Amino acid sequence: MSATLPSWMRFAAPVGVGVIIVALWFLIVDVLHAAPRALPSPVAIIDELVIHSDIILEDMGITGSNALIGLLAGTLVAIVLAALAATARPIDGMLAPLVAAIAVVPIVAITPILNTMFGASSQFGREAVAAIAAFVPVFVNVLRGLRQTRPVHRDLLRASGASGLQTFRVLTLPTALPYLLTGLRIASSIAVIAALVAEYFGGPADGIGTAIASYAKSGHAALAFAYVAGGIVIGLVFFLVTSLLERIVTRRSPV
Amino acid sequence: MTTEIAVQARNVSKTFDANSGDVIALEDVDLTVEAGEFVSLIGPSGCGKSTLLRVIADLETVTTGELEIFGKPARQARVDQDYGIAFQQAGLLPWRTVAGNMGLPLELHGVKKAARAARVAELAELVGLTDFVDSYPDQLSGGMQQRVAIARALAEQPRLLLMDEPFGALDEMTREYLQSELTRIAAETGAAVVFVTHSIPEAVFLSDRVVVMSPRPGRITDILVTGFGDGRGDALRESPEYFERVTAVREALHGSPVERANER
Repeated sequence: MSATLPSWMRFAAPVGVGVIIVALWFLIVDVLHAAPRALPSPVAIIDELVIHSDIILEDMGITGSNALIGLLAGTLVAIVLAALAATARPIDGMLAPLVAAIAVVPIVAITPILNTMFGASSQFGREAVAAIAAFVPVFVNVLRGLRQTRPVHRDLLRASGASGLQTFRVLTLPTALPYLLTGLRIASSIAVIAALVAEYFGGPADGIGTAIASYAKSGHAALAFAYVAGGIVIGLVFFLVTSLLERIVTRRSPV
Repeated sequence: MTTEIAVQARNVSKTFDANSGDVIALEDVDLTVEAGEFVSLIGPSGCGKSTLLRVIADLETVTTGELEIFGKPARQARVDQDYGIAFQQAGLLPWRTVAGNMGLPLELHGVKKAARAARVAELAELVGLTDFVDSYPDQLSGGMQQRVAIARALAEQPRLLLMDEPFGALDEMTREYLQSELTRIAAETGAAVVFVTHSIPEAVFLSDRVVVMSPRPGRITDILVTGFGDGRGDALRESPEYFERVTAVREALHGSPVERANER
C-alpha cells in the first residue's frame, strides 16, 4: 500500500492527521468546553509560544546542548570501547557484562544521585545522564559494524600486503560507519529524552524539563505545553540531522 | 630470455584442523608454472584447487612441502606484491568509485596521486571501462565489476596473476567475452596466470596447460598441454582441436574414456 502512495501523499497524509488532531482539540476545548482545566486550548499554547519565545529558546539551548554534549561524549567512549572489544576477545569479555549492566540501569534511578554528586549549579550530572543513555546503542551498533567485514575483502587486503592499520582505515572503519550512524540516530533521541528527564530530578533551575515541571505545577498549563513543543523540536532536530547523516553514509549499497 | 619460474611447488600438502578430525586438502602436489604461462586448475569441488591457489597467494600456509614464487617464499612474494589476485566475487569496496577500487593496491603502497591517476587511466583503458571510472560498483553489471577486479589485480603490473573462478558467477555470454578479454590482457601484460575453474571449456580455451585435480585427498592426477599458442580467437571455440582437448580433459577428470553421444 505504502509503496504505491504518490510522493505528495507522503507529506500530505501526516500533515492532514496533524490538522485533524488540532481541529478536534480546538473543538473540544474552545467550542465544547469539555476538557479538564489542565488541557489548554491550542490557540493559548501558540500564544505562549510567541510571547515567551525568548525564554523558551534559551531553555531549549540549555537542554539541547546538554543532550548534544552527552551524545558526543557517549558516542566517543562507545567507539573507543567498541574498537577495543573488536580487536581483543578478552576485552570484549570484560566489557560485555558492563555494557549489559549499563543497558538495564533505569536512567531515572541514577539521575538524582548524579545530580547530587555534581551539585545544583552544574550541568554535568545531566550531561552524564545523556552520555550514559547514548552510550549503549552506539556501542552495540559499532561493535557489530566492526565485525561485518567480508572474507573476500579481508583476503584482498591481505593479498595486497596491507598493514593492520591500513586494513582498519580502508576496510574495517568504512564497513562499520553505517552501523555507527544507525547507533547515533537511535542514541540521539534517547540522549534528548535523558537530558530532559534528568532536569526533573534537580540540578540548575533552567532547561526545558525544569520549566515544564514548574509551570505545570503552578497552573501555567499553556506555557508548560509551549515548552513541551520546544522539547519536541529539539528531539526532531536531533533525529533529522542524524537520519540525514545516516542516509548520506549508506547511499552506496554493497555489491 | 631464460625461462624463469613463476611458481614452484614441491610435495606441497595442506591439512585443515576440523572438529571431526583433520581434513587433507592437498597431498604431495608438485607444480611448476613458468613465467608468462597460463595454467588452469580444474577438478570437482573439494579437490583443493582453490586451496592450492590460496597457498600460492599466502592466504593459507602450507603444512609440509616447499613453495617458491619467483624463487622467494610465498610470504615474501605477497609482501613484495609479485602477484595480483581476483576472486569469484569481485570484492569491490562499495563506497569507492571504480577508479578508487582499481587504484587501491597502489594507494596501499604509497604511490603518489598523480602517478596513481595515470595508472588507473591505463587500467581502465585495458579493461574497457574508461567511461565508468567515476561510477560506483552498485551502478555496474556483474561482468563490469569483475573487469574492475581484474584491473585492480593488474594495478601493480604483477608478473603473476592468480584467479579463483573469477567468471564463475557470470552468465555464459559475459563469460565468453571476458575469457577472450583475459587472453588478450594476459598476452599484452606477459603475466603468468594460475586460473581456478570448474568449467572444462573455459580451462581449455584459456590455458597453455590444464592441471586436473581429484578430491579426498586433493592431488594432481593429470596435466594436459593444449598447444594452442597465441591463436585464441573465437574461431578456436569451433575448431576440432578444441573439442579434442575438451574431451581429453573430461576423460582425465572422469578417469576413463567418455562415450560421446554423437560426432558432430
